[in-house]
Amino acid sequence: MRSLRKLSPGNVSLGKVWLGKVWLAAVVINIFLSGLCIANGHVPADVKLAQDQTFTYRVLDEFTSVDPQVVEDVSGSEVVRDLFEGLMNQDADGKLVPGVATGYEVNEDNTVYTFALRGNAKWSNGDPVTANDFVYAWQRAADPALASPYQWFVELMSVNNAGAIIKGEQPVDTLGVKALDDQTFEVTLSAALPYFPQMTTHTTTFPAPKNVIEKHGDEWTRPGNIVSNGAYILTEHIPGERSVRERNPMYWDNENTIIEKTVALIINDENVALTRYLAGELDRTEVPSGQFPRLSKEYPEEAISFPRLCNYYYTFNLSDTGPEAFKDVRVRQALALSIDRNIITEKILAGGQSAAYTFTPAAVAGFAPPGVDMAGMSQAQRDAKAKELLAQAGFSADKPLTFEMVYNTSDSHKKIAVAMSQMWKQKLGAEVSLSNMEWKAFLEARGNQGFELARGAWCGDYNEPSTFLDLLDSESGYNDGKFASENLDQLLEQAKLSTDASSFYTRVEQIIAEEMPVIPVYHYAGVYMMGSDVGNWPVNNVQQNWYSKNLYKIAE
Amino acid sequence: MLAYTIRRLAGSIPTILVLIVASFFLMRLAPGGPFTSERPLPPEVLANIEARYGLDQPLWKQLWDYLLNIILRFDFGPSLVFKDRDVSDIISQGLPITLTYGLLTFVVATVVGVSLGVYAAMHHNTWVDYLAVSLGIFAQSLPNFIMGPVLILIFTLWLGWLPGGGWNGGQWPYLIMPVIALSTSYIGSITRITRSAMLEVLNSNYVRTARAKGLSERSIIWRHTLKPTLLPVVSYLGPVFVYVVTGSVFVDIYFSTGGLGQYFVSAALTRDYSVLLGITILYGVLTVIVNLLTDLAYAWLDPKIRL
Repeated sequence: MRSLRKLSPGNVSLGKVWLGKVWLAAVVINIFLSGLCIANGHVPADVKLAQDQTFTYRVLDEFTSVDPQVVEDVSGSEVVRDLFEGLMNQDADGKLVPGVATGYEVNEDNTVYTFALRGNAKWSNGDPVTANDFVYAWQRAADPALASPYQWFVELMSVNNAGAIIKGEQPVDTLGVKALDDQTFEVTLSAALPYFPQMTTHTTTFPAPKNVIEKHGDEWTRPGNIVSNGAYILTEHIPGERSVRERNPMYWDNENTIIEKTVALIINDENVALTRYLAGELDRTEVPSGQFPRLSKEYPEEAISFPRLCNYYYTFNLSDTGPEAFKDVRVRQALALSIDRNIITEKILAGGQSAAYTFTPAAVAGFAPPGVDMAGMSQAQRDAKAKELLAQAGFSADKPLTFEMVYNTSDSHKKIAVAMSQMWKQKLGAEVSLSNMEWKAFLEARGNQGFELARGAWCGDYNEPSTFLDLLDSESGYNDGKFASENLDQLLEQAKLSTDASSFYTRVEQIIAEEMPVIPVYHYAGVYMMGSDVGNWPVNNVQQNWYSKNLYKIAE
Repeated sequence: MLAYTIRRLAGSIPTILVLIVASFFLMRLAPGGPFTSERPLPPEVLANIEARYGLDQPLWKQLWDYLLNIILRFDFGPSLVFKDRDVSDIISQGLPITLTYGLLTFVVATVVGVSLGVYAAMHHNTWVDYLAVSLGIFAQSLPNFIMGPVLILIFTLWLGWLPGGGWNGGQWPYLIMPVIALSTSYIGSITRITRSAMLEVLNSNYVRTARAKGLSERSIIWRHTLKPTLLPVVSYLGPVFVYVVTGSVFVDIYFSTGGLGQYFVSAALTRDYSVLLGITILYGVLTVIVNLLTDLAYAWLDPKIRL
């Protein structure tokens, strides 16, 4: 999460993004996936593989940990998904495929999941991976003594007693996980969660080697000490410079692994990273904002852009400390209407981002953006309506609307804020002052309602609209603008219990369009330079959960 | 001189203590903390984490424990951000890197800068002098955050001679660009300072006397003018030394060296209190030592200075 502040808006990655909550069939008897073949490691017959199967990519910042239960940043999670393997994996489209588990059963009320583990899964030291490794890992994740920043994830999964264990009210061995035998892992949930299996692709749930952790303590994740059960083992880690992982011969599906070695180079500056990519040192890097049009002309095979599960917005402070003017819905609407989003996406960002008229990105699974009025109007119509609304609200040339907008320090946020404030000045005569804050100070101010209009961005934790819409729930800890609508809260509550939630989400978006507690600006795109010899990059996985074992390098 | 050194070192202990205490409280004044994040942690999780690092104790107690750990065990605590590393791990990994390119930069900047300055002064008001002065001003106005990307563009992308970054144990192809980037502006300043100091000395009475005595130009430069010329240069080199050996955040960022400069800045931004304080103490101690060395060098260069 901490890495966001340095990212350009073209390629955000807020927080550890976890896995698609796809609504699985609610009628569940026995779902066994063991018969499915994993297609994504296969190479098309006409492809000639390169001699050197090394994949080298850039990461922005040193990741904070590769301990599966502790890791919290995107770049660390990418490493952990290669080093360890959980119960389930994701394929190139983000769909669920077997990992250590070959499949699972669930009881009638969706509260007890029983995973069957494959017998040939091994740790890199040759020990078998057993259900007890999962029991240990899950208890470890919830353990107050480990104090993982992702402790809450166990509670989010609704594992029985997780909440009480985190609070220290109950011992960790009361957690609702059990090893029925070496190859059967049972989870008991406190609430029905039909999308629970999707959550087992998240790194927090990956197994952990108990004896290794007890032997080496916090230093167990260092090369030489670390023992892992994924397709790769960590062989080198030079903080601030590089991290190298190499093929794990003990991995159960090792014969289908093609990439021999994956190298993560830490390069803070995105322009330097681009230069090094062009010099052939990298197979993948992010495109700095504004450079996509030039690069896609020069390197049409390599510059790629695809939708991501992230939005960019500004939130009004609707709490008591917020300005009086923003409590008038006409003012909020006027401000939202008069932004020409196409100028921002096409002239400033220019990386395939899309203008946002809803809070939820259209790329989210199971979400059809509702036809909100604003999306259907021309910009001239929007501007005319904005002027009218603001005049009705009592603002004029003699009495202009004045407020302050705040964003975290970054060149691209600044460009966007300047453009927005100019549009408001020209069209509405509003006097807007801009202010930027260092990341942590910004979070502190926004979290404590110390702002008038503040920038926000959110990446979906899972591939389902509620991961965005929950932000506007009046009870949400992330609702920094303190918008409160009983109607909206109820709809979100009903959506959770419904088997067809999409109509509820459409109505929530309509409330947002009417009440305008936030101004959606644009939806993110993943904008990369990717070597044309890299095969099988999962561009259709909107959460960008990728596994080195599914990639390959093509001979050129 | 030994007595002087001991006296100075003893006198620096309160300085370092004040530095620690002031930094400790200043850090805590900054809004947010190491665990403030875009997704606020549930209070019970935050409480667990704070208890683990002792951040739930009153501030004075935290400071007291911190000092005791340093004095009794030389333990600077765990990093609050990097879960498997202590402050001493980070320093012992980053400092050798920083020292390597820093010392090299210092040597290169001093040797090149002083030579250019002396050469220019000896050929005062000739084209050599003008060239050296203009090069000096040009170099001085090239900060390392400009030099870094430009060098990578030229030597990595266009010429393909050098790797664009990384450290690889400090092999020379990886050292060249960081050292050039960091030394350029210092070469400029050292050239200008040396040149003007040298000109002043060359115009002084005792040099005129030496010339009148018929001493060779070589002996005048080497035996009589170089030492006094170096006085102002040394007073400039002291801070430069501290600056380059503590690492440059720009060099670390552009060349992915893994040096300490980058940790210093990122620790401030991520509120990694223990790392920030550990590096601050290291820089403080280095500054004290280098100031002492500078003063000792003065005494050697100028017999009029008594310690």
